[in-house]
Amino acid sequence: MTAVVAEEAGTRRYETVIGIETHCELGTATKMFCACPTVFGADPNTQVCPVCLGEPGSLPVANGRAVELAARIGLALHCRIAERSQFHRKNYFYPDMPKNYQISQYDEPLCVGGWLDVDVEGEVRRIGVTRVHLEEDTGKSLHVGATGRIHGADYSLVDYNRAGIPLVEIVSEPDLRTADEARAYAEELRAVLLALGVSDAKLEEGSMRFDVNVSIRPVGHAEYGTKIELKNLNSLRSLHRAVAYEAERQRRVLAEGGKLVQETRHWDEGAGRTEPMRSKEFATDYRYFPEPDLVPIEATSSWVEGVAADLPELPAGRRARLAEATGLPAKEVAWLARDPEVLAYFEAVASGRDPKVAAGWVMGELQRNLREFDRTMASNPVGPERLGQLLDLLSAGTVSATAAKDVLAEMFSSEAAPATIVERKGLAQISDSGELEAVVARVVAANPDLADKFRGGKRGVLGAMVGQVMRETRGRANPKLVSDLLERAIGG
Amino acid sequence: MSPDATGPGASTPHDASAPETLADLTAHELADRFADGSATAVAATEAALERITATDERLHAFLTVTADQALADARRVDERRGRGERLGPLAGVPLALKDVLVTKGIRTTAGSRILEEFVPPYDATVVGRLREHGIVILGKTNLDEFAMGSSTENSGYGPTRNPWDTTRVPGGSSGGSAAAVAAGQAPLGIGTDTGGSIRQPAALCGIVGVKPTYGLVSRYGLIAFASSLDQVGPLARDVRDAANLLEAIAGHDPMDSTSIPDAPTDVTSRLTDGIDGLRVGVVKELFLEGTEPGVLARVREGLERLERLGARLEECSLPSFEYALSAYYLIAPAECSSNLARYDGVRWGLRAKDSADVVDMMQRTRQAGFGAEVKRRIMLGTYALSAGYYDAYYGQAQKVRTLVRRELEAAYERFDLLVGPTAPTVAFPIGEKADDPLAMYLNDVFTIPVNLAGNAAISVPAGLADGLPVGLQLIAPALGEATMFRAAWAFEQDLGLPTRPVGPVAGEADPATTAEEVRP
Repeated sequence: MTAVVAEEAGTRRYETVIGIETHCELGTATKMFCACPTVFGADPNTQVCPVCLGEPGSLPVANGRAVELAARIGLALHCRIAERSQFHRKNYFYPDMPKNYQISQYDEPLCVGGWLDVDVEGEVRRIGVTRVHLEEDTGKSLHVGATGRIHGADYSLVDYNRAGIPLVEIVSEPDLRTADEARAYAEELRAVLLALGVSDAKLEEGSMRFDVNVSIRPVGHAEYGTKIELKNLNSLRSLHRAVAYEAERQRRVLAEGGKLVQETRHWDEGAGRTEPMRSKEFATDYRYFPEPDLVPIEATSSWVEGVAADLPELPAGRRARLAEATGLPAKEVAWLARDPEVLAYFEAVASGRDPKVAAGWVMGELQRNLREFDRTMASNPVGPERLGQLLDLLSAGTVSATAAKDVLAEMFSSEAAPATIVERKGLAQISDSGELEAVVARVVAANPDLADKFRGGKRGVLGAMVGQVMRETRGRANPKLVSDLLERAIGG
Repeated sequence: MSPDATGPGASTPHDASAPETLADLTAHELADRFADGSATAVAATEAALERITATDERLHAFLTVTADQALADARRVDERRGRGERLGPLAGVPLALKDVLVTKGIRTTAGSRILEEFVPPYDATVVGRLREHGIVILGKTNLDEFAMGSSTENSGYGPTRNPWDTTRVPGGSSGGSAAAVAAGQAPLGIGTDTGGSIRQPAALCGIVGVKPTYGLVSRYGLIAFASSLDQVGPLARDVRDAANLLEAIAGHDPMDSTSIPDAPTDVTSRLTDGIDGLRVGVVKELFLEGTEPGVLARVREGLERLERLGARLEECSLPSFEYALSAYYLIAPAECSSNLARYDGVRWGLRAKDSADVVDMMQRTRQAGFGAEVKRRIMLGTYALSAGYYDAYYGQAQKVRTLVRRELEAAYERFDLLVGPTAPTVAFPIGEKADDPLAMYLNDVFTIPVNLAGNAAISVPAGLADGLPVGLQLIAPALGEATMFRAAWAFEQDLGLPTRPVGPVAGEADPATTAEEVRP
């Protein structure tokens, strides 16, 4: 009996259960509870006032714009906006928190009970959203000394510029099952936030951050396993890697007969593993109680309707519309619709043109050049009109596809119109059969064996000969015309 | 031998003998002299500063005196008046400010050693309003540390003494401002009232003290003790002065989201209209066993007086008051445990030296900087909010608070005002309750329900018992200040107690002397 159980434990099939808490800085001009600016990267402690420094006597006043943006997020995630919600104080001592409590929301959050549809490899999964609530960010500590962490530091410096910046926390239900799903959820959520215009959602600047809860349980079990919280996930890639690592680690611990303890673990990107955090770095009893300095938020139905009416198109709707309008495959639609900037660019290029060609260029050559020239969509020197002009030259047969690629690369360093570049570099396609006939004749004469094969029915060899003509014309020949001329020349 | 045998109106410890100075006048009397040119703001300020110099060594009402700035401010008011500018009724009048309201560039301690060196970078909204009205701030007055106490003995800088009897406490926590006003160091004072901290010292010092409706006066810049209960209010030697001062500081403040928008701030235009037909409820629960007989006698006489003035008195019972003190001592410490977390040595105030790490530094700073009562309340509050205890303590206390509020709301359907004593005792000897926190807490048993409900209340002098002042408390519904002042004014006028300051006089014996020695 015991032996059988042990064997089962060793071979047991587990499923991973994942929930994600996403923190996102809201793109308001001023902080959550005072009028200080929120600009990123200012000199330390220059964007502070008595309120966000927690000076004795100072009081918070809630930023109405932040409440509105949080409600937008809630509505986009199909949440209910609470008629009455309340701020609470979360009490714990930490030097980068000026008041030694964080004003947050607790059991009366602004938005509750929504969901987000996530496309995972073509399959749609509906992930529950428990809540969306508002809170304030903390300051930032710089620990000077050997470790770079607070323990063992020689001294610490604190920058309070970030203290009081409005944050939303978006809490998912534990509905995610794989690292792929976790990443897809995070990606889709980011797309929603960008579409809403509520945040720049920059993972690298920390304006969007994830805490992920991972546990495993035997397949078919209803109860959850021991929950491990993962921190320091600064990119979608580390999120994916950390979840995959942690699920595997937990399986290994159980397989070896070990026990899991509820804890917070730090993801070490370099080492590719999670490590337990020092217990002193987090408290356990936050002694939440209603923030007496702030009156509850009363969201009237007319206010909520106003916010809802103002919602922009969301990624899911955008994808549906794009698929309908262009007939592009789901994967390409998903790629183009992920970022509003990319989508707007694509739509401008595709307007009045073949969407498949436009999609191919925006996703392919354009991205390749952006990488090569170390640019982003935001700093892309090739506007959609110019790319459109290039595609027009292509469809009119003025340039070949090969030459068009050279033109696009040139457009990254020149502001000239594509037509000007084509002319200047002599890249115009040769569609004059007279001009090409001599080249064709030369290639046929140089390859009697290929010509024989073609005549013998091996029509595939024609491609090699077209290639030679293209080389001789430096890519300028119209391939369709070359093909016709070759057939005629060989077939006689 | 004690002068109280004659009841209300008994003479004060030092009267008549000393020549009257501007420091003896009320604010509206000063205003009259400013108006007819027989006095200047500078002269009034000088008189107040002289009184401070002469008496404060004994009273210890002030922690900081800003004489130069006060004189400069007074001079500016005189210049404006000289140019014929229209000024408010309190322009040029000196004021004693409780050292729990922050003042830009002027040390603000909250009575705590942890803020001994703290110089705020901004002014409290109330301070700004005082300045706008041309009121001259003389300095910052003593208080129980972080306003936690009922005797001013919990100050980190030593106790304030009651001018009626310097062996006794002035009450607290606004004991410094109350003593200053009673002794003529200033005609006006600003205090704060979380559980009675304006009304109780006003009663014990024989002056008028007002706890305004929660949200009527801005809390921005008030160093928080218990945010949902704290309220700033006036202290004065008569009702008119208190009403004028409240008008000066009341009104909506966008920096305080608990401040009431569009609250009526006119409390003086019907001040003298009388109280004929006013319905007054006599709260049974405010006449507790254990209340001193002398206090009960003065208050009962007060009730008769109100009736004679035309008020219709009827007993009313508010059973939840019995639980108010217990609820208060959970809610206030809970909030204070969080409000005082910021005093950790990281940004301002005291910082313990040679600490091993940041946690050690925070612990040692708080250990050294806070006094015993503050630590006691932080611990109580931390416990009350802890996981597993929240519902039984903090949660339960909030329910009591709701009950108190509802019972009061129901009572206001029958009554315009409620009445009772302000405190169960007269001023008690320094040290008597210092080691018995519970006995000290009980001194606020009559004032606390008003804070829990956010209502308004005033303590007005009702005469002496054993030679020491007794206060009558009038309680009004939220924003019922105008009616409350009207009743208090009618009562005060009819009773006719002197509004002149009381001893000690310059050169009086040193603080170690006994009551007998300092009594005239």
